[in-house]
Amino acid sequence: MSDAPLRILIVDDEAPARRRLRELLDDCASALPLVVVGEAASGREAMELLGSTPSDLVLSDIHMPDMDGIELARHLLKLPVPPVLIFTTAYHEHAIAAFEVHAVDYLMKPVRVQRLLAALQKVPRLRPLTGTRLDRLPAAARRFLSVTERSRVVLVPIEDVIYLKAELKYITIRTAEREYLLEESLTKLEEEFGERFVRVHRNCLVAREAIRGFERHVSSEGDAHWEVLLRDVAEALPVSRRQQYIVREIGRGDDA
Amino acid sequence: MRAIINQKTGRPGLPELRNLGTVLRILLAVNGAAVVAVFARESRWEALADAWFETAAIVEPHLLVGVLVLYVLAPVLERLPYQTGAMTILGLMLVETLLLDAALVKLGVDVGTSGLLRHAMFSLLLTGVLLGYFYLRARALSPAIAEARLQALQARIRPHFLFNSITAVLSLVRTEPRRAETALEDLADLFRVLMRDNRQLTPLADEVALCRQYLDLEKVRLGERLKVEWHVENMPGDALVPPLVLQPLLENAVYHGIEPSSGTGVIGVNIFLRRGEVHAILRNPYKLSGSHHGGNKMAVDNIRERLALHFDAEASLESRINRNSYEVHIRMPYRAAEPEDARV
Repeated sequence: MSDAPLRILIVDDEAPARRRLRELLDDCASALPLVVVGEAASGREAMELLGSTPSDLVLSDIHMPDMDGIELARHLLKLPVPPVLIFTTAYHEHAIAAFEVHAVDYLMKPVRVQRLLAALQKVPRLRPLTGTRLDRLPAAARRFLSVTERSRVVLVPIEDVIYLKAELKYITIRTAEREYLLEESLTKLEEEFGERFVRVHRNCLVAREAIRGFERHVSSEGDAHWEVLLRDVAEALPVSRRQQYIVREIGRGDDA
Repeated sequence: MRAIINQKTGRPGLPELRNLGTVLRILLAVNGAAVVAVFARESRWEALADAWFETAAIVEPHLLVGVLVLYVLAPVLERLPYQTGAMTILGLMLVETLLLDAALVKLGVDVGTSGLLRHAMFSLLLTGVLLGYFYLRARALSPAIAEARLQALQARIRPHFLFNSITAVLSLVRTEPRRAETALEDLADLFRVLMRDNRQLTPLADEVALCRQYLDLEKVRLGERLKVEWHVENMPGDALVPPLVLQPLLENAVYHGIEPSSGTGVIGVNIFLRRGEVHAILRNPYKLSGSHHGGNKMAVDNIRERLALHFDAEASLESRINRNSYEVHIRMPYRAAEPEDARV
């Protein structure tokens, strides 16, 4: 196993930074067998590449458009064999302080070849980050939810999500096109995405943008309840008694 | 020399008599005093309005003529030593009061028997109080305190820009050494300006040249993602402006407008002279959601405060968010660099 070259993916939104890393990795190649399997300009591109090109190590910038490095770290965990991740960053900011505390590996830019080589030599002993360690890092809300389907990771943009509904063991993600199954906690998702979703029921978060209106139903026994009407999908979701106040709160805002 | 805090003598002088801020303060103070006088004289509510009009008919002409006299004589007065200047202003106001009263009497306005004396007293007293106020204000703003504040306000570059730029330059060294050289020279120029004493005003042309160097560096890093549209054909290059009044705003524009997107973004720079004022309008793309974390307000507040220290009420900085863009509009008085200040 140690004979196989180390497969490396470079992730940075700045082309010169990627080129520089490639040069430095070339310099290391004489001391340690390695191969650069690809370059990506964002976390999202990296995830797409990793679907077809397995890697042992991902060298990733932190600040990037579309998907930043910390979010990439979370999605990497969904891969069948998660690669080791080492961050590269230009500046010692608050995220780095947390990296130190939780033993997350990182290299400072400009990267020195000696430091890079030392990091590469450490890789076989490093283990992928765990979800609990990642949870402790300061992070903005994700832009994608990731689900594993037939050992592939599918990214669902958070803007596409119409509702999230907890069912027994999984959460159903509903988009205009289809449904996905996610293994996360609804409470944590509510915390992470706060304003974007509103809780209509104990088991259901609905995207505010997707709400078309509310409808009142009276059952044959005379019980009345409200239902949320949604854009793009025909289903209506029940609003629980406890959450009924949102009918007035949102309903009024939409009529205006 | 022009800027309020920029007194080379190191001691407080007369206020800048042609500064909008000074004129506004005088107008407010005198009218305030007149209102107090009316309240003191007239105890009946219903008569207040009449009493005010009566007072205003006397006070306003004096006030306006007084301000005008000071405005006209400002270049002469500001060259005098402080005490001589202050006495001259007191004398001027006294003469102005007496002459104008005489003129008003001739026009048939009833100033009353004791009017002349009262007006002279009122005028002298107010002028004295105002001079005292401006003296204290100048002391509070200059030189030590204002300099300390300016020092603290000196623009700071984001460290991530420095380290990312160095990484970008390093990536050029092996393959494009000449471009690497230019980039390092730009970086050196930028840091020379950042590290020097930036309390004196500099010509606008210098600031714009610096901005171009800065943006060239960013282009090495960001490549096609950054496009800049310059509209500076009607820019008065000799206008004196606070150093680093534009560069930090462009840095913000790159950080908030270009970096968060993987596509191409355009930064617009529009600088022109209109009715004796220098306008600079900077525009960058802006997306409400998913943009970089804060930090924008700090640079804007910093520049606004420096503009106020240099130009008082004659300069302003406004920022606003349009649908897809963020815009900053700076307005400054046009003060040309004097020949001795001109750089080679």
